Amino acid sequence: MSNFEATSISLDEIRSTAREMYDGGWRLVTQTAVDRGDKRFELLYHYDKDLVEKHFRVSFTQGTIVPSISDIYFAALLVENENRDLFGLEYDGLVLDFNRSFYLEEAGDPMTAPFCKISTFTKPKVEV
Amino acid sequence: MKFDLKKWIRTGSLKSPWVLHFDCGSCNGCDIETLACLTPVHDVERFGIINVGNPKHADVLLVSGTVNHRNKVVLKNLYDQMAHPKAVIALGACGLNGGIFHDAYNVVGGVDKVIPVDVYVPGCPPKPEAIIDAVVVALGKLKGMLENEDAPGAGEKQADAERDKAANA
Amino acid sequence: MTRSIIPFGPQHPVLPEPLHLKLALEDETVVEAVPALGYVHRGLEGLATRRDYSQMVYVVERVCGICSCIHAMCYCNCIEKLMSIEVPRRAQFLRVIWSELHRAHSHLLWLGLFADSFGFESLFMALWRVRERVMDINEATAGNRVIVSTNIIGGVRRDLSREQMNSILKDIAIMEKELKNLYDTMMNDYSVKKRTVGKGVLSKEQAHALGAAGPTLRGSGWAQDARQLAYEAFDELNFAPVVETDGDCYSRTKVRFREVFQSFDLVRQAIGKIPEGELAAKVKGNPEGEITFRVEQPRGELFYYVRCDGSNFPERVRIRTPTFANIPPLLAILPGAQLADVPVITLTIDPCISCTER
Repeated sequence: MSNFEATSISLDEIRSTAREMYDGGWRLVTQTAVDRGDKRFELLYHYDKDLVEKHFRVSFTQGTIVPSISDIYFAALLVENENRDLFGLEYDGLVLDFNRSFYLEEAGDPMTAPFCKISTFTKPKVEV
Repeated sequence: MKFDLKKWIRTGSLKSPWVLHFDCGSCNGCDIETLACLTPVHDVERFGIINVGNPKHADVLLVSGTVNHRNKVVLKNLYDQMAHPKAVIALGACGLNGGIFHDAYNVVGGVDKVIPVDVYVPGCPPKPEAIIDAVVVALGKLKGMLENEDAPGAGEKQADAERDKAANA
Repeated sequence: MTRSIIPFGPQHPVLPEPLHLKLALEDETVVEAVPALGYVHRGLEGLATRRDYSQMVYVVERVCGICSCIHAMCYCNCIEKLMSIEVPRRAQFLRVIWSELHRAHSHLLWLGLFADSFGFESLFMALWRVRERVMDINEATAGNRVIVSTNIIGGVRRDLSREQMNSILKDIAIMEKELKNLYDTMMNDYSVKKRTVGKGVLSKEQAHALGAAGPTLRGSGWAQDARQLAYEAFDELNFAPVVETDGDCYSRTKVRFREVFQSFDLVRQAIGKIPEGELAAKVKGNPEGEITFRVEQPRGELFYYVRCDGSNFPERVRIRTPTFANIPPLLAILPGAQLADVPVITLTIDPCISCTER
């Protein structure tokens, strides 16, 4: 079995944790969004310092607005835009917002995000 | 002897075809093999094949990788900017039909879903020898197009017909 | 002063891949850079729900053709850790040999493209001529020049015979000799220095705060290399991270060139210490649980998060590639640069767009 351990935090603690980690000299590795089905999402924050990893887990339901940490960690900018595109997550306070066209051509509503299990996503017809 | 400009251009594009390479969502495997063709071991420049950056100078378009919803426009633009007659080569399993990514959500499919393809090169990735061979086969097709070119507008007509066929398929 | 927007890419002679940057300029100086991605996005992570966990190895190999072996190695490690599979020692050494050969060919490829980006075409040709020897080794040992596909869950698919190892050692000795000359040429050349020294400086603090990885981080003075985590056989091999302190394009180039020699040294050590034994352990059942794993790719630290629920299909495979981490530092160092230096600076993070977008 794995020795993966993630500390569960609430939505309000995302920014305070990020600030704490930033001041403590930790590096943001990335965020991971996981669709747990049944409109529940998990967001994992991975930090690293001198090759030691630390993980935080936030759970919420679809439609919840997640506070962005891209003004604390500029590196979070790409991954938060990616999660917006692929999971239909909503972020508050993104420093650069691609408005759901970061990867995908046609910006759709969150229900059609390709990674959502309940999605109605179908391949758009090719028009040339 | 009278100087024949048309003939001169024809022999030029057959004896020294200029190739435009476009990476269209490939994993880099085919791209680095295409670049490897240019380097000393394989050295396609000895055949007069040159990799150019400008579609208006190119005779052959080498496309690697699957087409997705964003780059299909770029691919179409590059193809339209090339002068007639032109040949298109699809590289690798992804360029043929999407390969391992065929059922991924952002993948349209092979290159032939967007533009007509003349030569298909299988392999993941194809070896440089196969890519050089594909360019040689494409030259045979170019020659055929040049020979039919004497009828006014034949090249464009043929290409348009091919494009319609590909779009309807 | 009026601003103008210059599009850089997606089809650009310097870049082999479609990266698009929107550059806001005042005169010739860049004041802002905004990336526009998505030209290579295939939706590869989404395939995890449609390919079972052993088929996924072939999919992750094709995240990026240049470092395919290392992607597969990282993914296999995740699954092996989840299923508590003991990988045979010989297989671990073989994985190190192939992954270090991949690093060497990737760095040589980059060095060549970099030389080409400032118009030093003969150096490009010379470096790629050396690189072809690595490709020949790959073809001779694995059957494919680029995607060697040697990793499977539980071990490796192919073995190296003593003769093959001896011929690898012979080739490495030749390449080292050739590269020694090229190293002196490239690193002491007036025109190379003119284009790289003091250009695109990323300070030590910036590099860490922006989450840079790999040679971009080490070029700014941080001695962080994921190989220090001693995965596979790295616990038995001696090496120290290559570090340069200036943080400019020249430092990053130097880090990569020195890492080529380091990779050859690691291959030599691995061939010297490889034990006899099995190639792969037996795999039974399905993985369950979640795990993260990190390995060092040519471009930097590669991070995988895999979550499995005990079924045939992984629930989530998240891939954080090094270029994804290196784009924010790029956006930070571009402002203030001259337009003519943009291709050079962009290339020094070794952008791999198919990795970034997956």
